[in-house]
Amino acid sequence: MHNRQITIDNITKIEGSAGLKVTVEEGVVTDLKFIIKDYRRFYTEAVKGKPLIAVPSFLSRICGTCSVAHLFAALEALEKSQEIKVTEQTKLLRRLSYDGLIIRDHALHLYFFVLPDILGIDSILDIPDDPGNIGYTLLHDSFDIKKAGTEITNVIIGAAIHAPLPTIGGFLKLPDPSLFPQLISKLEAIRPQVLRGIKTFSQWPQSLMRNSDYLCLRNDRQFDFLEGQIINSSGKRVPEEKFHDFLKSVVIPYSQAEGYVFSDSHEDYLVGALARINFNKDLLHPQTKMDCQTYLQTFPSNNIYHNNLAQAIEILQCVDDALDILKTIRINQEGPVRKSFQAGIGVGVVEAPRGILYHKAVVGEKGLIEDYDVIVPTAQNQINIESDLKKYFNENLDKDEQTLRLDAEKIIRAYDPCMSCATNFLKIDWIRK
Amino acid sequence: MDQQKKLVVGWFSFTCSEDSTILFTELLNDHLDEWKKVVEFRYLKALKSKNEIAGLDVAFIEGAVSSDTQAEEVKKIRGHAKYVVAVGACACTGMPSASRNEFVSDEVNQKIAYYLHHFDYSQKVKKLDEVIKVDDQVPGCPMTVSIFLEILTKYLKLFNISPDA
Repeated sequence: MHNRQITIDNITKIEGSAGLKVTVEEGVVTDLKFIIKDYRRFYTEAVKGKPLIAVPSFLSRICGTCSVAHLFAALEALEKSQEIKVTEQTKLLRRLSYDGLIIRDHALHLYFFVLPDILGIDSILDIPDDPGNIGYTLLHDSFDIKKAGTEITNVIIGAAIHAPLPTIGGFLKLPDPSLFPQLISKLEAIRPQVLRGIKTFSQWPQSLMRNSDYLCLRNDRQFDFLEGQIINSSGKRVPEEKFHDFLKSVVIPYSQAEGYVFSDSHEDYLVGALARINFNKDLLHPQTKMDCQTYLQTFPSNNIYHNNLAQAIEILQCVDDALDILKTIRINQEGPVRKSFQAGIGVGVVEAPRGILYHKAVVGEKGLIEDYDVIVPTAQNQINIESDLKKYFNENLDKDEQTLRLDAEKIIRAYDPCMSCATNFLKIDWIRK
Repeated sequence: MDQQKKLVVGWFSFTCSEDSTILFTELLNDHLDEWKKVVEFRYLKALKSKNEIAGLDVAFIEGAVSSDTQAEEVKKIRGHAKYVVAVGACACTGMPSASRNEFVSDEVNQKIAYYLHHFDYSQKVKKLDEVIKVDDQVPGCPMTVSIFLEILTKYLKLFNISPDA
């Protein structure tokens, strides 16, 4: 076996900028670097000294696609720091808008980034303008699905990106219930399209199996992206506020973002839809469970490509959950819960579309931020991505270089990574890799 | 039959949250079929892997410029594009990606020094027109959709490209 180096300078069809460098010597991968290239913006330093009321909106700017996840994690952390308990209506409206986020965000990833791989083309731009072509049908399904998700967030929180209405303690303005029937109609209309997508992603035969740990939030009462305890494959349960204690930050010198290891039985771990469906499929909405019965037999799965199928199932979960809420909620006119400022520490953990997102706020007695920490899913998945790629390359070095490059990109894409998220922060407790 | 010339467009992202890119992908829900007839997306890393920067009519650039490497990249884009449009707050004003320019604490600056020296960060984060000539701006965080659509229409007209042809 000859020596060679395979370099992908810019991985495409992902959020943000990343590259890959693989060194092969005597038929063995001797070095593999997954390199996150986005430049840091140091937002966790920039928020220090800001009044807490301004922080959620500022931190939603960490990410374009999952800004609502950062917004809600920040709200939770800050509300806990102030011992503010929001109303049941606020919880329900946040849950509803989060359904909208997941529908839009997963659909963007699955249809705009992954679907071309399934169709064997480079881009959605190459899909022929032929209504008889399955690619055309699925692409136009995705337009309707994404729009339905976006419209939920527009109606409930004012926008899909950097939503202006959620605030500490509740909402600055409550949604107009007269708009709910049209949301219900749109969600009912996309349901068959979502099912067509699930079938498509279930039939993709790609496979890469590896035994890593999985972590996600679990709320024993319902399938939940916003509340619960963190669980892993060994059955460990960690309260949100203790999560950081179980992580070790790992400096990866060639990457702009840190990796993480979880102090337990596995050398690496994965967060995201695959972990959620592996652990929480019993909690899915009854209608989702019924219509996905066949597909759910696939889980638990160690195949990273099933992260795509898991996301497709989560779209249906969020459609069914949103329908339930929209059909039953009665809006009471109420303002946000307010309290005088107090010194405190709060942790907010949510399931962002691509996995566990952790925010921790330290607030002084005048309501100014003294310290802030954020741990994002893509940084957590970084080591797992490298381990998957090492396994893939070591088992497939006989393949031609173009196939290796394409497959490597497909594996990375399956994680739905977001580099913009991964590079905002400053960590100081390091283990060097 | 002669095919109508298409507006050759590149879409680039530098230091930012890519919220305008995400908003752009949302606009495709309603506009992709129409734009495919009149726009050639020659560089659009978010959606395709085969990208080129040569011969662009218009380059839309999102994000602030954090390093000399990025500055060289935007200069290269400028050299290949007849017009350049800055998209979103970070490209137009630098903020919020340029937050580190405002850090005054020695302690904070010492902490971030590792990253600034280990990677190729420039001393200050710059907005786009501090590095290259910019012909138009789409402000907003994310970009203001109506202004983006106006500017796209303006360039379609400038290059005599009609959606109805």
